[in-house]
Amino acid sequence: MSDSPSVPGVPGVSDDVVLRVDGLIKAFGGVRAVDGVSFCVRRGECFGLLGPNGAGKSTTLKLMLGLVAPESGSVELLGHRVPEEALSARRKVGVVPQADALDPDFTVGENLRVFGRYFGLPRAEVEQRMESLLEFAGLAQRRDARIHELSGGMKRRLTLARALVNDPEVLFLDEPTTGLDPQARHLIWDRLRRLLARGKTIVLTTHFMEEAERLCGRLAILDHGRLIAQDSPRGLIAKEIEPQVVEASADSVDAWARRVLELQAARRVEIVGDTAFAYCDDSRQAVALAEAWPGMRYLQRSANLEDVFLKLTGRELRD
Amino acid sequence: MAARFSPPSIYRPPAASLRFVPVYLRNLLVWRKLATASLLGNVADPLITLVAFGYGMGQLLREVQGVPYIVFLAGGAVCMSTAMAASFEALYSAFSRMHVQRTWESILNAPLELDDVIVAEWLWAATKSAFSGVAILLVIFALGVSREPTLLLVVPLILLAGLTFSAIGLCFNALARGYDFFTYYFTLVLTPMTFLSGVYYPVDRFPDWLAAIAAFLPLTAAVELVRPLVLGRLPEHVWPQLALLFGYAAAAFWTALVLTRRRFVA
Repeated sequence: MSDSPSVPGVPGVSDDVVLRVDGLIKAFGGVRAVDGVSFCVRRGECFGLLGPNGAGKSTTLKLMLGLVAPESGSVELLGHRVPEEALSARRKVGVVPQADALDPDFTVGENLRVFGRYFGLPRAEVEQRMESLLEFAGLAQRRDARIHELSGGMKRRLTLARALVNDPEVLFLDEPTTGLDPQARHLIWDRLRRLLARGKTIVLTTHFMEEAERLCGRLAILDHGRLIAQDSPRGLIAKEIEPQVVEASADSVDAWARRVLELQAARRVEIVGDTAFAYCDDSRQAVALAEAWPGMRYLQRSANLEDVFLKLTGRELRD
Repeated sequence: MAARFSPPSIYRPPAASLRFVPVYLRNLLVWRKLATASLLGNVADPLITLVAFGYGMGQLLREVQGVPYIVFLAGGAVCMSTAMAASFEALYSAFSRMHVQRTWESILNAPLELDDVIVAEWLWAATKSAFSGVAILLVIFALGVSREPTLLLVVPLILLAGLTFSAIGLCFNALARGYDFFTYYFTLVLTPMTFLSGVYYPVDRFPDWLAAIAAFLPLTAAVELVRPLVLGRLPEHVWPQLALLFGYAAAAFWTALVLTRRRFVA
Protein backbone atom coordinates (compact mmCIF):
# COMPACT_ATOMS: atom_id res chain seq x y z
CA MET A 1 0.00 0.00 0.00
CA SER A 2 1.45 3.32 -1.01
CA ASP A 3 0.14 6.83 -1.25
CA SER A 4 3.00 8.21 -3.30
CA PRO A 5 2.17 7.64 -6.95
CA SER A 6 5.43 6.23 -8.22
CA VAL A 7 5.48 5.02 -11.79
CA PRO A 8 7.66 2.04 -12.52
CA GLY A 9 9.66 2.26 -15.73
CA VAL A 10 6.84 1.70 -18.19
CA PRO A 11 7.91 2.31 -21.78
CA GLY A 12 5.95 5.00 -23.59
CA VAL A 13 4.90 6.69 -20.36
CA SER A 14 6.44 10.09 -19.82
CA ASP A 15 6.85 12.07 -16.62
CA ASP A 16 4.15 14.45 -17.81
CA VAL A 17 1.26 14.19 -15.34
CA VAL A 18 -2.07 14.60 -17.15
CA LEU A 19 -4.34 13.87 -14.20
CA ARG A 20 -3.69 14.65 -10.57
CA VAL A 21 -6.27 13.65 -7.97
CA ASP A 22 -5.57 14.75 -4.43
CA GLY A 23 -7.49 13.96 -1.26
CA LEU A 24 -10.90 13.71 -2.91
CA ILE A 25 -13.88 13.37 -0.60
CA LYS A 26 -17.49 13.09 -1.74
CA ALA A 27 -20.41 12.06 0.43
CA PHE A 28 -23.99 11.28 -0.51
CA GLY A 29 -26.47 11.54 2.34
CA GLY A 30 -23.74 11.38 4.98
CA VAL A 31 -22.05 8.30 3.50
CA ARG A 32 -18.63 8.89 1.99
CA ALA A 33 -18.70 7.37 -1.49
CA VAL A 34 -15.17 8.64 -2.09
CA ASP A 35 -13.02 9.04 0.98
CA GLY A 36 -9.64 10.68 0.55
CA VAL A 37 -8.54 9.32 -2.82
CA SER A 38 -5.22 10.49 -4.31
CA PHE A 39 -3.36 9.36 -7.42
CA CYS A 40 -1.64 10.62 -10.56
CA VAL A 41 -1.88 9.49 -14.15
CA ARG A 42 0.96 10.14 -16.58
CA ARG A 43 0.71 10.78 -20.28
CA GLY A 44 0.53 7.59 -22.34
CA GLU A 45 -0.26 5.17 -19.55
CA CYS A 46 -3.31 3.03 -18.97
CA PHE A 47 -4.47 3.51 -15.40
CA GLY A 48 -7.12 1.25 -13.90
CA LEU A 49 -9.49 1.91 -11.03
CA LEU A 50 -10.39 -1.49 -9.70
CA GLY A 51 -12.99 -2.17 -7.09
CA PRO A 52 -16.12 -4.14 -6.17
CA ASN A 53 -19.57 -2.72 -6.90
CA GLY A 54 -20.21 0.38 -4.85
CA ALA A 55 -16.52 0.96 -4.12
CA GLY A 56 -16.71 4.52 -5.47
CA LYS A 57 -15.27 3.98 -8.95
CA SER A 58 -18.02 5.72 -10.89
CA THR A 59 -18.21 8.61 -8.42
CA THR A 60 -14.45 9.08 -8.69
CA LEU A 61 -14.87 9.15 -12.46
CA LYS A 62 -17.59 11.81 -12.21
CA LEU A 63 -15.40 13.87 -9.89
CA MET A 64 -12.49 13.66 -12.33
CA LEU A 65 -14.73 14.94 -15.14
CA GLY A 66 -16.23 17.69 -13.01
CA LEU A 67 -19.76 16.30 -13.24
CA VAL A 68 -20.07 16.41 -9.46
CA ALA A 69 -18.18 18.66 -7.06
CA PRO A 70 -16.16 17.15 -4.20
CA GLU A 71 -16.61 18.17 -0.57
CA SER A 72 -12.87 18.58 -0.42
CA GLY A 73 -9.78 17.68 -2.37
CA SER A 74 -8.66 18.70 -5.82
CA VAL A 75 -8.52 17.41 -9.37
CA GLU A 76 -6.28 18.75 -12.09
CA LEU A 77 -6.95 17.38 -15.54
CA LEU A 78 -4.69 18.38 -18.45
CA GLY A 79 -3.64 21.50 -16.58
CA HIS A 80 -7.19 22.58 -15.74
CA ARG A 81 -8.62 22.75 -12.25
CA VAL A 82 -11.76 20.61 -12.03
CA PRO A 83 -14.65 21.30 -11.54
CA GLU A 84 -13.93 25.05 -11.93
CA GLU A 85 -12.47 24.67 -15.42
CA ALA A 86 -14.12 21.37 -16.24
CA LEU A 87 -15.42 22.56 -19.62
CA SER A 88 -11.90 23.38 -20.84
CA ALA A 89 -10.68 20.01 -19.58
CA ARG A 90 -13.56 18.06 -21.14
CA ARG A 91 -12.83 19.67 -24.50
CA LYS A 92 -9.66 17.51 -24.63
CA VAL A 93 -11.14 14.39 -23.10
CA GLY A 94 -13.25 11.48 -24.37
CA VAL A 95 -15.68 9.48 -22.23
CA VAL A 96 -17.15 6.02 -22.75
CA PRO A 97 -19.99 5.78 -20.20
CA GLN A 98 -21.12 2.49 -18.77
CA ALA A 99 -24.49 2.66 -20.49
CA ASP A 100 -23.64 3.42 -24.10
CA ALA A 101 -26.32 6.14 -24.22
CA LEU A 102 -26.20 6.30 -27.99
CA ASP A 103 -28.90 8.31 -29.68
CA PRO A 104 -31.50 5.75 -30.84
CA ASP A 105 -33.15 8.22 -33.21
CA PHE A 106 -29.97 8.60 -35.24
CA THR A 107 -27.90 6.43 -37.53
CA VAL A 108 -24.33 5.43 -36.70
CA GLY A 109 -22.93 8.33 -38.73
CA GLU A 110 -25.39 10.85 -37.30
CA ASN A 111 -24.43 9.84 -33.78
CA LEU A 112 -20.85 10.89 -34.49
CA ARG A 113 -21.85 14.05 -36.36
CA VAL A 114 -24.22 15.27 -33.64
CA PHE A 115 -21.70 14.51 -30.92
CA GLY A 116 -19.01 16.42 -32.79
CA ARG A 117 -21.27 19.49 -32.66
CA TYR A 118 -21.30 19.38 -28.85
CA PHE A 119 -17.55 20.08 -29.04
CA GLY A 120 -18.12 22.95 -31.43
CA LEU A 121 -16.15 21.12 -34.09
CA PRO A 122 -16.57 22.35 -37.66
CA ARG A 123 -18.71 19.97 -39.68
CA ALA A 124 -15.98 19.45 -42.29
CA GLU A 125 -13.56 18.31 -39.61
CA VAL A 126 -16.02 15.77 -38.22
CA GLU A 127 -16.89 14.48 -41.70
CA GLN A 128 -13.22 14.08 -42.42
CA ARG A 129 -12.56 12.21 -39.19
CA MET A 130 -15.71 10.09 -39.45
CA GLU A 131 -14.35 7.62 -41.97
CA SER A 132 -11.28 6.74 -39.93
CA LEU A 133 -13.36 6.55 -36.74
CA LEU A 134 -15.83 4.14 -38.33
CA GLU A 135 -12.94 2.15 -39.74
CA PHE A 136 -11.34 2.01 -36.31
CA ALA A 137 -14.61 0.86 -34.74
CA GLY A 138 -15.13 -1.79 -37.43
CA LEU A 139 -18.35 -0.04 -38.47
CA ALA A 140 -17.34 1.31 -41.87
CA GLN A 141 -20.13 -0.68 -43.55
CA ARG A 142 -22.69 0.42 -40.95
CA ARG A 143 -22.59 4.15 -41.34
CA ASP A 144 -26.29 4.37 -42.17
CA ALA A 145 -27.44 1.63 -39.79
CA ARG A 146 -29.84 2.47 -36.96
CA ILE A 147 -28.64 1.90 -33.41
CA HIS A 148 -31.14 -0.86 -32.67
CA GLU A 149 -29.69 -2.88 -35.55
CA LEU A 150 -26.28 -3.05 -33.85
CA SER A 151 -25.01 -5.82 -31.56
CA GLY A 152 -23.82 -5.02 -28.04
CA GLY A 153 -20.20 -5.10 -29.17
CA MET A 154 -20.89 -2.78 -32.10
CA LYS A 155 -22.68 -0.33 -29.85
CA ARG A 156 -19.74 -0.26 -27.46
CA ARG A 157 -17.33 0.28 -30.35
CA LEU A 158 -19.50 3.11 -31.65
CA THR A 159 -19.50 4.65 -28.17
CA LEU A 160 -15.71 4.39 -28.26
CA ALA A 161 -15.60 6.04 -31.69
CA ARG A 162 -17.94 8.77 -30.40
CA ALA A 163 -15.58 9.41 -27.48
CA LEU A 164 -12.77 9.91 -30.01
CA VAL A 165 -14.63 12.43 -32.15
CA ASN A 166 -12.70 15.36 -30.64
CA ASP A 167 -9.35 13.51 -30.89
CA PRO A 168 -8.97 13.54 -27.09
CA GLU A 169 -5.70 13.35 -25.18
CA VAL A 170 -7.21 11.36 -22.33
CA LEU A 171 -9.88 8.71 -22.64
CA PHE A 172 -12.07 7.73 -19.67
CA LEU A 173 -13.89 4.41 -19.82
CA ASP A 174 -16.41 3.21 -17.23
CA GLU A 175 -16.38 -0.58 -17.23
CA PRO A 176 -15.71 -0.77 -20.97
CA THR A 177 -16.41 -4.47 -21.50
CA THR A 178 -19.16 -5.19 -18.98
CA GLY A 179 -21.90 -7.21 -20.64
CA LEU A 180 -19.90 -8.11 -23.75
CA ASP A 181 -19.10 -11.62 -24.96
CA PRO A 182 -15.43 -12.73 -25.12
CA GLN A 183 -15.06 -11.97 -28.83
CA ALA A 184 -16.43 -8.46 -28.45
CA ARG A 185 -14.35 -7.94 -25.32
CA HIS A 186 -11.10 -8.91 -27.06
CA LEU A 187 -11.89 -6.57 -29.91
CA ILE A 188 -12.35 -3.66 -27.48
CA TRP A 189 -9.09 -4.53 -25.75
CA ASP A 190 -7.32 -4.59 -29.09
CA ARG A 191 -8.66 -1.13 -29.93
CA LEU A 192 -7.64 0.26 -26.56
CA ARG A 193 -4.11 -1.11 -27.05
CA ARG A 194 -3.98 0.61 -30.43
CA LEU A 195 -4.96 3.88 -28.80
CA LEU A 196 -2.21 3.45 -26.20
CA ALA A 197 0.25 2.78 -29.01
CA ARG A 198 -0.81 6.12 -30.51
CA GLY A 199 0.12 7.84 -27.27
CA LYS A 200 -3.36 8.31 -25.79
CA THR A 201 -3.76 8.17 -22.05
CA ILE A 202 -6.47 5.84 -20.76
CA VAL A 203 -8.21 5.84 -17.40
CA LEU A 204 -10.65 2.99 -16.92
CA THR A 205 -12.75 1.52 -14.17
CA THR A 206 -13.30 -2.19 -14.10
CA HIS A 207 -14.03 -5.15 -11.89
CA PHE A 208 -12.57 -7.60 -14.41
CA MET A 209 -9.15 -8.67 -13.17
CA GLU A 210 -8.30 -10.04 -16.58
CA GLU A 211 -9.00 -6.69 -18.17
CA ALA A 212 -6.96 -4.84 -15.56
CA GLU A 213 -4.07 -7.29 -15.85
CA ARG A 214 -3.99 -7.13 -19.65
CA LEU A 215 -4.42 -3.43 -20.23
CA CYS A 216 -3.32 -1.43 -17.26
CA GLY A 217 0.23 -0.38 -16.59
CA ARG A 218 -0.85 0.74 -13.17
CA LEU A 219 -3.82 0.02 -10.96
CA ALA A 220 -5.45 1.50 -7.93
CA ILE A 221 -7.72 -0.72 -5.88
CA LEU A 222 -10.68 1.10 -4.35
CA ASP A 223 -12.86 -0.24 -1.59
CA HIS A 224 -15.48 1.61 0.47
CA GLY A 225 -14.35 4.84 -1.18
CA ARG A 226 -10.75 4.41 -0.09
CA LEU A 227 -7.73 3.68 -2.20
CA ILE A 228 -6.22 0.62 -0.56
CA ALA A 229 -3.40 -0.31 -2.95
CA GLN A 230 -1.68 1.13 -5.97
CA ASP A 231 0.98 -0.39 -8.24
CA SER A 232 1.52 -2.26 -11.50
CA PRO A 233 -0.46 -5.53 -11.71
CA ARG A 234 2.74 -7.54 -11.28
CA GLY A 235 3.92 -5.26 -8.50
CA LEU A 236 0.64 -5.76 -6.64
CA ILE A 237 0.89 -9.53 -6.94
CA ALA A 238 4.50 -9.53 -5.79
CA LYS A 239 3.87 -7.14 -2.92
CA GLU A 240 0.47 -8.15 -1.65
CA ILE A 241 0.25 -11.89 -1.96
CA GLU A 242 2.09 -15.22 -1.74
CA PRO A 243 3.23 -16.39 -5.18
CA GLN A 244 1.46 -19.75 -5.33
CA VAL A 245 -2.04 -20.97 -4.69
CA VAL A 246 -3.49 -24.42 -4.14
CA GLU A 247 -7.26 -24.61 -4.55
CA ALA A 248 -8.53 -27.76 -2.93
CA SER A 249 -12.06 -29.05 -2.51
CA ALA A 250 -13.46 -31.97 -0.59
CA ASP A 251 -16.07 -32.52 2.15
CA SER A 252 -13.28 -32.67 4.72
CA VAL A 253 -11.50 -29.60 3.42
CA ASP A 254 -11.45 -27.98 6.88
CA ALA A 255 -9.30 -30.79 8.24
CA TRP A 256 -6.99 -30.51 5.26
CA ALA A 257 -6.64 -26.80 5.79
CA ARG A 258 -5.77 -27.28 9.48
CA ARG A 259 -3.15 -29.85 8.54
CA VAL A 260 -1.64 -27.55 5.91
CA LEU A 261 -1.32 -24.74 8.45
CA GLU A 262 0.10 -27.07 11.15
CA LEU A 263 2.83 -28.15 8.78
CA GLN A 264 3.36 -24.54 7.65
CA ALA A 265 2.82 -25.72 4.10
CA ALA A 266 0.91 -22.45 3.43
CA ARG A 267 1.02 -18.96 4.91
CA ARG A 268 -2.73 -18.48 4.82
CA VAL A 269 -5.76 -20.55 3.98
CA GLU A 270 -9.16 -19.11 3.04
CA ILE A 271 -12.16 -21.38 2.99
CA VAL A 272 -15.22 -20.67 0.86
CA GLY A 273 -17.88 -23.40 1.10
CA ASP A 274 -16.04 -26.69 0.59
CA THR A 275 -13.10 -25.12 -1.25
CA ALA A 276 -9.90 -24.01 0.44
CA PHE A 277 -7.46 -21.53 -1.06
CA ALA A 278 -3.97 -22.16 0.33
CA TYR A 279 -1.54 -19.31 -0.33
CA CYS A 280 2.05 -20.58 -0.29
CA ASP A 281 5.59 -19.42 -0.97
CA ASP A 282 6.24 -22.96 -2.19
CA SER A 283 3.23 -25.11 -2.94
CA ARG A 284 4.92 -28.53 -3.14
CA GLN A 285 4.05 -29.67 0.37
CA ALA A 286 0.44 -28.54 0.12
CA VAL A 287 0.09 -30.30 -3.23
CA ALA A 288 1.52 -33.50 -1.77
CA LEU A 289 -0.96 -33.31 1.09
CA ALA A 290 -3.85 -32.78 -1.30
CA GLU A 291 -2.65 -35.63 -3.52
CA ALA A 292 -2.71 -38.03 -0.58
CA TRP A 293 -6.04 -36.77 0.83
CA PRO A 294 -8.94 -39.12 0.06
CA GLY A 295 -11.60 -37.65 -2.26
CA MET A 296 -9.70 -34.38 -2.74
CA ARG A 297 -9.81 -32.45 -6.03
CA TYR A 298 -7.16 -29.76 -6.29
CA LEU A 299 -5.52 -27.27 -8.61
CA GLN A 300 -2.14 -25.64 -8.26
CA ARG A 301 -1.55 -22.24 -9.90
CA SER A 302 0.33 -18.97 -9.64
CA ALA A 303 -1.26 -16.18 -7.67
CA ASN A 304 -3.03 -13.60 -9.83
CA LEU A 305 -4.61 -10.21 -9.50
CA GLU A 306 -7.92 -11.71 -8.45
CA ASP A 307 -6.24 -13.22 -5.40
CA VAL A 308 -4.86 -9.80 -4.51
CA PHE A 309 -8.24 -8.23 -5.05
CA LEU A 310 -10.06 -10.78 -2.90
CA LYS A 311 -7.43 -10.56 -0.19
CA LEU A 312 -7.71 -6.78 -0.03
CA THR A 313 -11.46 -6.37 -0.47
CA GLY A 314 -12.70 -9.59 1.14
CA ARG A 315 -14.90 -12.32 -0.23
CA GLU A 316 -18.32 -11.18 0.92
CA LEU A 317 -20.86 -10.35 -1.77
CA ARG A 318 -21.36 -6.73 -2.85
CA ASP A 319 -24.72 -5.90 -4.31
CA MET B 1 -2.56 21.36 -1.60
CA ALA B 2 -5.96 19.87 -0.81
CA ALA B 3 -8.16 22.86 -1.49
CA ARG B 4 -11.69 23.24 -0.25
CA PHE B 5 -13.97 23.94 -3.14
CA SER B 6 -17.43 25.32 -2.54
CA PRO B 7 -19.69 24.21 -5.35
CA PRO B 8 -21.81 26.92 -6.98
CA SER B 9 -25.25 27.32 -5.47
CA ILE B 10 -28.07 25.51 -7.24
CA TYR B 11 -30.03 28.77 -6.95
CA ARG B 12 -27.66 30.74 -9.17
CA PRO B 13 -29.01 32.33 -12.39
CA PRO B 14 -28.70 30.31 -15.62
CA ALA B 15 -25.36 30.22 -17.41
CA ALA B 16 -25.61 32.70 -20.28
CA SER B 17 -24.05 30.93 -23.24
CA LEU B 18 -24.75 29.79 -26.78
CA ARG B 19 -23.56 26.30 -25.91
CA PHE B 20 -27.21 25.20 -25.89
CA VAL B 21 -27.40 25.54 -29.69
CA PRO B 22 -26.03 22.09 -30.66
CA VAL B 23 -28.39 20.44 -28.15
CA TYR B 24 -31.34 22.36 -29.61
CA LEU B 25 -30.21 21.33 -33.11
CA ARG B 26 -30.03 17.72 -31.99
CA ASN B 27 -33.71 17.80 -31.04
CA LEU B 28 -34.60 19.62 -34.24
CA LEU B 29 -32.78 16.95 -36.28
CA VAL B 30 -34.73 14.16 -34.57
CA TRP B 31 -37.98 16.05 -35.17
CA ARG B 32 -37.16 16.53 -38.86
CA LYS B 33 -36.84 12.78 -39.24
CA LEU B 34 -40.31 12.26 -37.82
CA ALA B 35 -41.78 15.57 -38.94
CA THR B 36 -44.62 14.23 -41.08
CA ALA B 37 -46.09 12.08 -38.33
CA SER B 38 -45.49 14.79 -35.78
CA LEU B 39 -47.12 17.57 -37.78
CA LEU B 40 -50.04 15.33 -38.63
CA GLY B 41 -50.60 14.83 -34.90
CA ASN B 42 -50.18 18.56 -34.30
CA VAL B 43 -52.92 19.35 -36.78
CA ALA B 44 -55.23 16.37 -36.42
CA ASP B 45 -55.83 16.62 -32.69
CA PRO B 46 -56.90 20.27 -32.49
CA LEU B 47 -58.67 19.98 -35.84
CA ILE B 48 -60.85 17.23 -34.45
CA THR B 49 -61.52 19.25 -31.30
CA LEU B 50 -62.34 22.34 -33.28
CA VAL B 51 -64.53 20.68 -35.86
CA ALA B 52 -66.26 18.17 -33.59
CA PHE B 53 -66.77 20.56 -30.70
CA GLY B 54 -67.20 23.65 -32.78
CA TYR B 55 -69.79 22.27 -35.16
CA GLY B 56 -71.29 19.77 -32.74
CA MET B 57 -71.77 22.21 -29.87
CA GLY B 58 -72.48 24.89 -32.44
CA GLN B 59 -75.73 23.08 -33.18
CA LEU B 60 -76.81 23.64 -29.60
CA LEU B 61 -75.25 27.00 -28.93
CA ARG B 62 -75.87 29.17 -31.93
CA GLU B 63 -73.89 32.07 -30.55
CA VAL B 64 -71.52 32.68 -27.66
CA GLN B 65 -70.64 36.29 -26.82
CA GLY B 66 -72.16 37.35 -30.11
CA VAL B 67 -70.16 35.03 -32.38
CA PRO B 68 -70.74 31.47 -33.66
CA TYR B 69 -69.44 28.90 -31.13
CA ILE B 70 -66.67 27.65 -33.41
CA VAL B 71 -65.31 31.18 -33.73
CA PHE B 72 -65.46 31.59 -29.96
CA LEU B 73 -63.71 28.24 -29.48
CA ALA B 74 -60.93 28.92 -32.02
CA GLY B 75 -58.85 31.23 -29.80
CA GLY B 76 -59.09 28.82 -26.86
CA ALA B 77 -58.16 25.90 -29.07
CA VAL B 78 -54.97 27.67 -30.20
CA CYS B 79 -53.92 28.21 -26.59
CA MET B 80 -54.85 24.74 -25.41
CA SER B 81 -53.08 23.06 -28.27
CA THR B 82 -49.94 25.11 -27.58
CA ALA B 83 -50.03 24.30 -23.87
CA MET B 84 -50.58 20.59 -24.53
CA ALA B 85 -47.77 20.33 -27.08
CA ALA B 86 -45.34 22.17 -24.78
CA SER B 87 -46.25 19.92 -21.88
CA PHE B 88 -45.87 16.70 -23.84
CA GLU B 89 -42.45 17.72 -25.08
CA ALA B 90 -41.19 19.00 -21.72
CA LEU B 91 -42.53 15.97 -19.86
CA TYR B 92 -42.55 12.74 -21.87
CA SER B 93 -39.94 13.59 -24.50
CA ALA B 94 -37.52 15.42 -22.23
CA PHE B 95 -37.84 12.67 -19.65
CA SER B 96 -36.94 10.07 -22.28
CA ARG B 97 -33.84 12.01 -23.15
CA MET B 98 -32.93 12.74 -19.54
CA HIS B 99 -33.69 9.44 -17.88
CA VAL B 100 -34.49 6.62 -20.28
CA GLN B 101 -32.09 7.13 -23.18
CA ARG B 102 -29.53 8.94 -21.01
CA THR B 103 -28.97 11.39 -23.85
CA TRP B 104 -28.31 14.17 -21.35
CA GLU B 105 -25.66 12.06 -19.66
CA SER B 106 -23.64 11.67 -22.84
CA ILE B 107 -24.11 15.35 -23.68
CA LEU B 108 -22.73 16.26 -20.25
CA ASN B 109 -19.55 14.31 -20.97
CA ALA B 110 -18.89 16.83 -23.73
CA PRO B 111 -17.88 20.39 -22.86
CA LEU B 112 -21.44 21.46 -21.98
CA GLU B 113 -23.20 22.20 -18.72
CA LEU B 114 -26.52 21.03 -17.38
CA ASP B 115 -27.82 24.60 -17.76
CA ASP B 116 -27.09 24.45 -21.49
CA VAL B 117 -29.14 21.27 -21.79
CA ILE B 118 -32.07 22.72 -19.83
CA VAL B 119 -32.07 25.94 -21.89
CA ALA B 120 -32.04 23.83 -25.07
CA GLU B 121 -34.90 21.64 -23.86
CA TRP B 122 -36.91 24.71 -22.84
CA LEU B 123 -36.51 26.49 -26.17
CA TRP B 124 -37.06 23.29 -28.08
CA ALA B 125 -40.31 22.43 -26.28
CA ALA B 126 -41.49 26.00 -26.90
CA THR B 127 -40.57 25.69 -30.58
CA LYS B 128 -42.43 22.44 -30.92
CA SER B 129 -45.50 23.86 -29.21
CA ALA B 130 -45.33 26.84 -31.56
CA PHE B 131 -45.49 24.41 -34.51
CA SER B 132 -48.70 23.10 -32.96
CA GLY B 133 -50.19 26.50 -32.21
CA VAL B 134 -49.37 27.86 -35.65
CA ALA B 135 -50.75 24.69 -37.27
CA ILE B 136 -54.11 25.20 -35.61
CA LEU B 137 -53.99 28.88 -36.54
CA LEU B 138 -53.57 27.82 -40.18
CA VAL B 139 -56.50 25.44 -39.82
CA ILE B 140 -58.60 28.32 -38.48
CA PHE B 141 -57.59 30.42 -41.46
CA ALA B 142 -58.08 27.60 -43.98
CA LEU B 143 -61.56 26.73 -42.67
CA GLY B 144 -62.44 30.38 -42.78
CA VAL B 145 -63.25 30.44 -39.06
CA SER B 146 -61.31 33.67 -38.93
CA ARG B 147 -59.32 35.56 -41.52
CA GLU B 148 -58.65 38.68 -39.48
CA PRO B 149 -55.25 40.36 -39.99
CA THR B 150 -54.93 40.39 -36.18
CA LEU B 151 -54.30 36.62 -36.44
CA LEU B 152 -50.67 37.51 -37.13
CA LEU B 153 -50.37 38.98 -33.63
CA VAL B 154 -51.31 35.57 -32.24
CA VAL B 155 -47.99 34.08 -33.38
CA PRO B 156 -45.75 35.82 -30.81
CA LEU B 157 -48.33 35.02 -28.12
CA ILE B 158 -48.14 31.34 -29.08
CA LEU B 159 -44.39 31.52 -28.56
CA LEU B 160 -44.79 33.15 -25.16
CA ALA B 161 -47.40 30.63 -24.06
CA GLY B 162 -45.11 27.86 -25.36
CA LEU B 163 -42.22 29.15 -23.25
CA THR B 164 -44.47 29.36 -20.20
CA PHE B 165 -45.88 25.85 -20.43
CA SER B 166 -42.53 24.32 -21.43
CA ALA B 167 -40.92 25.80 -18.33
CA ILE B 168 -43.75 24.53 -16.10
CA GLY B 169 -43.40 21.11 -17.73
CA LEU B 170 -39.66 21.02 -17.07
CA CYS B 171 -40.30 21.58 -13.36
CA PHE B 172 -42.36 18.42 -13.23
CA ASN B 173 -39.84 16.61 -15.41
CA ALA B 174 -37.14 17.37 -12.84
CA LEU B 175 -39.28 15.77 -10.11
CA ALA B 176 -40.41 12.69 -12.07
CA ARG B 177 -39.29 9.16 -11.23
CA GLY B 178 -41.23 7.61 -14.08
CA TYR B 179 -43.74 8.38 -16.82
CA ASP B 180 -46.67 7.66 -14.48
CA PHE B 181 -45.96 10.85 -12.63
CA PHE B 182 -46.96 12.90 -15.68
CA THR B 183 -50.49 11.52 -15.61
CA TYR B 184 -50.98 13.49 -12.40
CA TYR B 185 -49.81 16.65 -14.08
CA PHE B 186 -52.23 16.23 -16.94
CA THR B 187 -55.25 15.15 -14.89
CA LEU B 188 -54.71 17.31 -11.82
CA VAL B 189 -53.16 20.44 -13.33
CA LEU B 190 -53.61 20.85 -17.04
CA THR B 191 -57.09 19.46 -17.57
CA PRO B 192 -58.70 21.46 -14.73
CA MET B 193 -56.83 24.51 -15.99
CA THR B 194 -58.38 24.19 -19.44
CA PHE B 195 -61.84 24.15 -17.87
CA LEU B 196 -61.08 27.19 -15.70
CA SER B 197 -59.37 29.24 -18.37
CA GLY B 198 -62.25 29.88 -20.69
CA VAL B 199 -61.05 27.61 -23.47
CA TYR B 200 -64.47 26.03 -24.02
CA TYR B 201 -66.89 28.54 -22.50
CA PRO B 202 -66.87 32.07 -21.10
CA VAL B 203 -65.79 32.16 -17.47
CA ASP B 204 -67.28 35.52 -16.56
CA ARG B 205 -70.16 33.86 -14.68
CA PHE B 206 -67.90 31.93 -12.26
CA PRO B 207 -68.47 32.59 -8.55
CA ASP B 208 -66.00 35.17 -7.24
CA TRP B 209 -63.62 32.75 -5.52
CA LEU B 210 -63.34 30.61 -8.64
CA ALA B 211 -62.97 33.64 -10.87
CA ALA B 212 -60.12 34.82 -8.62
CA ILE B 213 -58.28 31.53 -9.08
CA ALA B 214 -58.97 31.48 -12.81
CA ALA B 215 -57.65 35.02 -13.20
CA PHE B 216 -54.20 33.93 -12.08
CA LEU B 217 -53.85 30.93 -14.36
CA PRO B 218 -51.37 31.27 -17.23
CA LEU B 219 -53.79 29.65 -19.66
CA THR B 220 -56.44 32.24 -18.77
CA ALA B 221 -53.99 35.01 -19.64
CA ALA B 222 -53.18 33.36 -22.96
CA VAL B 223 -56.87 32.87 -23.83
CA GLU B 224 -57.74 36.47 -22.83
CA LEU B 225 -55.04 37.73 -25.19
CA VAL B 226 -55.58 35.37 -28.12
CA ARG B 227 -59.38 35.20 -28.34
CA PRO B 228 -59.97 38.91 -29.16
CA LEU B 229 -57.24 38.75 -31.81
CA VAL B 230 -58.97 35.81 -33.49
CA LEU B 231 -62.17 37.85 -33.41
CA GLY B 232 -60.35 40.77 -35.05
CA ARG B 233 -60.14 42.98 -31.97
CA LEU B 234 -57.28 44.06 -29.74
CA PRO B 235 -57.37 42.59 -26.23
CA GLU B 236 -58.43 44.90 -23.39
CA HIS B 237 -55.94 44.27 -20.60
CA VAL B 238 -52.81 43.57 -22.59
CA TRP B 239 -50.09 44.45 -20.07
CA PRO B 240 -51.33 42.61 -16.98
CA GLN B 241 -51.90 39.47 -19.03
CA LEU B 242 -48.50 39.70 -20.72
CA ALA B 243 -46.87 40.33 -17.33
CA LEU B 244 -48.59 37.27 -15.93
CA LEU B 245 -47.33 35.05 -18.77
CA PHE B 246 -43.79 36.45 -18.59
CA GLY B 247 -43.83 36.08 -14.83
CA TYR B 248 -44.92 32.44 -15.01
CA ALA B 249 -42.35 31.71 -17.73
CA ALA B 250 -39.45 33.27 -15.81
CA ALA B 251 -40.38 31.84 -12.42
CA ALA B 252 -41.07 28.36 -13.82
CA PHE B 253 -37.86 28.30 -15.84
CA TRP B 254 -35.78 29.26 -12.84
CA THR B 255 -37.58 26.66 -10.72
CA ALA B 256 -36.94 24.04 -13.40
CA LEU B 257 -33.23 24.96 -13.38
CA VAL B 258 -32.98 24.65 -9.61
CA LEU B 259 -34.90 21.37 -9.46
CA THR B 260 -32.95 19.80 -12.31
CA ARG B 261 -29.60 20.89 -10.85
CA ARG B 262 -30.66 19.39 -7.55
CA ARG B 263 -31.57 16.15 -9.30
CA PHE B 264 -28.19 15.95 -11.04
CA VAL B 265 -26.07 16.87 -8.01
CA ALA B 266 -27.26 13.85 -6.06
